[in-house]
Amino acid sequence: MSKDETLGEALRRQGISRRGFLKFCAATASMMALPPSMVPVIAAALESARRPSVIWLSFQECTGCTESLTRSHAPTVEGLIFDTISLDYHHTLQAAAGSAAEAARKTAMKENFGKYILVVDGSIPTGNPGYSTIAGISNHDMLMETAKGAAAIVAVGTCAAFGGIPQANPNPTGAVSVSDLVHDKPIINVSGCPPIPVVITGVLAHFLTFGTIPELDDQGRPMAYYGKSIHDRCYRRPFYDKGLFAETFDDEGAKKGWCLYKLGCKGPVTYNACATTKWNEGTSFPIESGHPCLGCSEPGFWDAGSFYRAISTPTEDIAKTAVYSVGAGAAAGVALGAMNRAKQRRAVETHEKVTIDDLEKEKQP
Amino acid sequence: MSETELLLWVRGPGLQIATVILVLGVVVRILQTIMLGRKVNLAAARGSAVAGGLRTIVTRSLPDTCTLQRSTFTVVAGYLFHIGLFVTLFLFAPHILLFDEVFGISWPALPTTVIDATAVVTIIALLAVLAHRVKDPVLRFLSGFQDYLVWFVTILPLLTGYIAFHRIGLSPPGLIALHILSVELLMVVFPFTKLMHAVSLFMARYYNGAIAGYKGVHS
Repeated sequence: MSKDETLGEALRRQGISRRGFLKFCAATASMMALPPSMVPVIAAALESARRPSVIWLSFQECTGCTESLTRSHAPTVEGLIFDTISLDYHHTLQAAAGSAAEAARKTAMKENFGKYILVVDGSIPTGNPGYSTIAGISNHDMLMETAKGAAAIVAVGTCAAFGGIPQANPNPTGAVSVSDLVHDKPIINVSGCPPIPVVITGVLAHFLTFGTIPELDDQGRPMAYYGKSIHDRCYRRPFYDKGLFAETFDDEGAKKGWCLYKLGCKGPVTYNACATTKWNEGTSFPIESGHPCLGCSEPGFWDAGSFYRAISTPTEDIAKTAVYSVGAGAAAGVALGAMNRAKQRRAVETHEKVTIDDLEKEKQP
Repeated sequence: MSETELLLWVRGPGLQIATVILVLGVVVRILQTIMLGRKVNLAAARGSAVAGGLRTIVTRSLPDTCTLQRSTFTVVAGYLFHIGLFVTLFLFAPHILLFDEVFGISWPALPTTVIDATAVVTIIALLAVLAHRVKDPVLRFLSGFQDYLVWFVTILPLLTGYIAFHRIGLSPPGLIALHILSVELLMVVFPFTKLMHAVSLFMARYYNGAIAGYKGVHS
């Protein structure tokens, strides 16, 4: 595959029909909430786009994000677009190893300085640099060096976007997110554990079409995909509104597909596109298969209490606290009451009755 | 402290602190009131004090015609926001879940749209009673800092709850944390202010009714 080949040429060579390509463009436009008139613009831009150089850095991660993106049911147009980008460095997927791999990264950085897209998955340890190294280079140094020439950075997965599980309490490696370290480049957070494949291709398509990064929410995530909560787009929402809940995983409510809020669903506080794009070629998403949402695309979701307790319930034994408080209150109340009574009694005992004479006395000057 | 950490704090230690202050404070104040006792009535009883007391607890729940005519606004707005508070607090599914978790008892919930509308009506009623309090010269003269404080801590959970339900502004964990925090503020303020009337009204009604019942007259 030549470096000068356009995306359109590459897709046609791989047997993608014009019809299939336009369908992808239309789907991308609608998912990014763009008007239908933008479809030809996207098509034209993607058609003539030179394959962008992508450098993919994997730090403290589990490769689940790469698995999610590369194992989407082939051959999808998303997958092929992903294949046709010039993935110049990805140490899990590339054939080269050791110094040859590092040389590939250096070459890509030099040739496309200021233009390449940097994709990062995994968090970066700030404790001992030796916690995670690649070819003897610490994650921190490699990120800072590669970020310098990047046009934009895509933080893929919750670890890169927010710190994820390596950052979970007690955070032994001092893990931080990309945006904690890089402040002078546009960063797009594509969070999720793992993130939805179509979200990253959508972000790439947007970048190729408009040359800009998409509109982001306050967590740096593309609004088009993270603009609504799982709860708002959930097909079980009517049951929540009616107050119909599954109480256990195998009761009548669960079998009838009622709301999973009581089983700890984090849908109301989680922003992602699972409920609409779904997983495995649109087959289903966790709630559809009967499991509450874990909230994996939100910062600190590992430390946000049990996955199986609703967000509005206490984390401590409040009934016990209340019982002890009643006991302590009773003791204190009786003691204070007794003191009040003693005061009352003393007041009665020391009370001096006023006689007519006393009143007569007061009249005199 | 991040929003998630704040949420964990208000669901855990924060709620514990508020529960201790609320329960301990209420129990102490009830016992103090009861232990003050009443003077022995040496007159012969003409009726049952207990029956009169219990009856009055119930009968005083409805306004008498005179009061309703004289201060229609106070009665209507007062009933509206008290019923609204009851409905939003006890008939909203996530709240029932909380009571279920703590006390092990639950009951059916109202649809969220009904709760939503009730919350709006309750907030409007509370704003109206504040406006009335500020506008009416006599009420304004009688009002002290505590009256405005209890109004504030009462409307705050409704406002934060409404904002959290519609997710306006902050991220959802932050909004829920603020909502729970506002309820904890209410719990902490409760035993030391006029909010205690939610408990003491029953004792006051009983005393009044018992006095009248002993004399054999209507309370």
